Amino acid sequence: MSIAKPLPHDAAKLHVTGAARYVDDIPTSRDCLHLAFGLAPIAKGRITAMNLDAVKRSPGVVAVLTADDLPFANDVSPSIHDEPLLSDGTVHYPGQPVFLVAATSHRAARVAARKGDVTYAEEEALLTVDQALMADSRFEDGPRIYEKGDAAAAIGAAPHVIDGKFDLGGQEHFYLEGQAALAFPQEGGDVLVHSSTQHPTEIQHKVAEAIGAPMHAVRVETRRMGGGFGGKESQGNALAVSCAIIATLTGRPAKMRYDRDDDMTVTGKRHPFKISYRAGFDDDGKLLGVDFLHLVNCGWAQDLSLPVADRAMLHADNAYLIPAIRIESHRLKTNLQSFTAYRGFGGPQGVVGIERVMDHIAHDLGLDPIELRRRNYYAAPDQAGADNTTPYGQKVEDFELHEMTAQLLDSSDYAARKAEIADWNAGQDRFARGIGFSPVKFGISFTLTHLNQAGALVHVYQDGSVHLNHGGTEMGQGLFQKVAQVAASRFGIPLEKVKITATDTAKVPNTSATAASSGSDLNGMAVKAACDTIRDRMADHLAQRYQTEPAKVRFEDGNVHIGDEVISFDEAASLAYQGRISLSATGFYKTPKLEWDRINGQGRPFFYFAYGAAITEVVVDRLTGENRILRADILHDAGASLNPALDIGQVEGAYVQGAGWLTTEELVWDGKGALRTHAPSTYKIPACSDRPDVFNVALYDGQNREDTIYRSKAVGEPPFMLGISAWLAQSNAVSSFGDAFPAMDAPGTAEEVWRAIRRVRDGV
Amino acid sequence: MSKIHVATKINGDTVEYLCDPRETLLDVLRDRLNLTGAKEGCGTGDCGACSVTLDGRLVCSCLVLGAEADGKEVATVEGIADGDELHPLQKKFIEYAALQCGVCTPGILVAAKSLLEKNPEPTEEETRYWLAGNLCRCTGYDKIIRAVLDTAAEMREAS
Repeated sequence: MSIAKPLPHDAAKLHVTGAARYVDDIPTSRDCLHLAFGLAPIAKGRITAMNLDAVKRSPGVVAVLTADDLPFANDVSPSIHDEPLLSDGTVHYPGQPVFLVAATSHRAARVAARKGDVTYAEEEALLTVDQALMADSRFEDGPRIYEKGDAAAAIGAAPHVIDGKFDLGGQEHFYLEGQAALAFPQEGGDVLVHSSTQHPTEIQHKVAEAIGAPMHAVRVETRRMGGGFGGKESQGNALAVSCAIIATLTGRPAKMRYDRDDDMTVTGKRHPFKISYRAGFDDDGKLLGVDFLHLVNCGWAQDLSLPVADRAMLHADNAYLIPAIRIESHRLKTNLQSFTAYRGFGGPQGVVGIERVMDHIAHDLGLDPIELRRRNYYAAPDQAGADNTTPYGQKVEDFELHEMTAQLLDSSDYAARKAEIADWNAGQDRFARGIGFSPVKFGISFTLTHLNQAGALVHVYQDGSVHLNHGGTEMGQGLFQKVAQVAASRFGIPLEKVKITATDTAKVPNTSATAASSGSDLNGMAVKAACDTIRDRMADHLAQRYQTEPAKVRFEDGNVHIGDEVISFDEAASLAYQGRISLSATGFYKTPKLEWDRINGQGRPFFYFAYGAAITEVVVDRLTGENRILRADILHDAGASLNPALDIGQVEGAYVQGAGWLTTEELVWDGKGALRTHAPSTYKIPACSDRPDVFNVALYDGQNREDTIYRSKAVGEPPFMLGISAWLAQSNAVSSFGDAFPAMDAPGTAEEVWRAIRRVRDGV
Repeated sequence: MSKIHVATKINGDTVEYLCDPRETLLDVLRDRLNLTGAKEGCGTGDCGACSVTLDGRLVCSCLVLGAEADGKEVATVEGIADGDELHPLQKKFIEYAALQCGVCTPGILVAAKSLLEKNPEPTEEETRYWLAGNLCRCTGYDKIIRAVLDTAAEMREAS
């Protein structure tokens, strides 16, 4: 069995030798054209004149297109057709593509794209959620409200009440490989597109619209991405569509990749939120009622903002049973990049809201923040009373955090360290250490229920080798390897016999994005179904041939056991072929039990929940606000892990990315809406030197209570929220400088930590 | 613009090419020589994905002109393995699962190899700071550091 083994990434050897091919590494012919966009420099306005003569005259330029030159649809939106590929004469954010240049080299295209002479009539832009709220600039007709009980009454009657609000910054994906696409024209007007995308079907769909062809005329292939994190769910559309249009117009291959600065300027990011809260609780810190207001900065286009904002509401409870709660969410339209999918998909913002409330209450009552949280946890499955339901009516039936928290407190030596830190801080004037805890309960399934489906295509060749294909995409997470382990296990063969192949819309159609952490759950099940179909056919045939029952045919250790006979899998494949048995099958899976009404916020949007808990220790410097993570301890629930090496890799990477979001990664837009942090020189993701000195990561020894692939759990997004403990630890450290609650904004950059220390120490 | 003739050594092989004087070494490697192991992550020397060595010195090839390689020796990720035999660092990176999407991996291997050549016994902290110029968005760095330290220990034992 290859299941549950800590095997390395399927392409690890290609990665370490530099031989793994990404889109920009695919060989092209010498006549390949390279594309670049001319970008609008203003946040809002109209184009009043456009002279592109200098662009056309620029060396190497072959074609220059504006919206008027596009043959068919001018749209790259994944939702409501509100994102023109090229400006329709109006401008909605600084960095919006206005015209498209095709030239003989990447440099020639980029140089030419700077030469456009475009005149704009500038209009007043909306940059903040407060401005947008004032102007009633929003998506949907009004706010969405999810409610359980009467929160206002519960808070009104509570013995203690706190309230507060804070800004929660966005986040740049910073996938190391920028957005890229490459299109090859095919006969009869068809096109083959290589795209660095999490969603090949969406690329196929948008390309088909743009070249005026049915989807069958467009084949999209994705072997791998150099990181995705949600940033390649919809944001690759513009490049793929541009390449396909140029390829079909000119009959030449066309490639487009954003330079890093353009990538950060043009593409969407994690949604910034402003969160207000009011919470009522009793003397023991038990929550009685909570009221949240989410002001969501969606940027200029709807994109995926509605389900992102929904998911933030769906995680406003995180791990806590709240008797009465009201969440009001405004999806505000501003003149910034189109904020989009990013690991957690709004969930992290929702979780940060309630974790902030928990720390605020703990500070108010002088209670240990972990003890307070445990008092408010949902009940464990064997303890669940009448009410163990979320604010959206789903019963929590798999709550693992009581046991996980106990184990983590023990393994991290929390109690002793907390006391030691308090002693140490008492002897310090300049530095303070702090400790933070955050649990996560993350709902698994796409909240748009119909997306919870997947397909697979499996062939067994007559020599016993296996070709594996499914709708999921590989972005580094190791999905391909996990799914190949499933296939190898079903056939009882070594992993080397399974060939992992590129995601291809011509092999498996109508796929969902590899998103919502669903990759292994959905595609693993679809591949299992396909393998089992072939296996059953082989078993039937062999049973007949050897005069026994199909139930007595077993596939294991590279062999097939037929009653008392043993033949190799290769021989079995050959016999089946000669017996005229079909050795190719598709597989299909749809997640069961789901039912969701997003308008009323009621139902069961999630098949199950994944859990985790983290304790982070930091140190801060009173004089400069500089801060470091000293130690992190994590216990994460991946169910019965399909591959512990890959899953721990996901947990570690997600934690560091989550901690980066809330500490060092700050997006700064100037007063005109221009993003000033558009390169790693100014936008700081965690570096190797930021890795915690002590970093203890373990998987919880459990299994999924629902019937998932080998009882594993999704692991892509949930551990991202463990990074919240770093921000809470900063706040805890800051609080040792005075009596007031630090009330920090996020991210906790050195500047924000310095300001927070001044607030609690000096009251300014 | 007239092109410049460059004679250099790349991974031990003598190589000659013509390049535009504005062309970076990274572009030459990728676009002219089909050595696509080095990646462009930022183009401004901040991410390290394009790391190579030039006469043994670790550089970002996006900040070096192709013409500057004239008369020098360039080493890239493609030259780390000895034919089919992987370098100990490469083996350890696979063993430790010290990579995910793989785009930072070539630069990190070049940088780590350069560290071990200068300092066969680096501390954990020296390793972290040496590699601080190589960004990775996927792994959180822990497995990378452990892979490098373990390689160093093993190479010391073997020598």
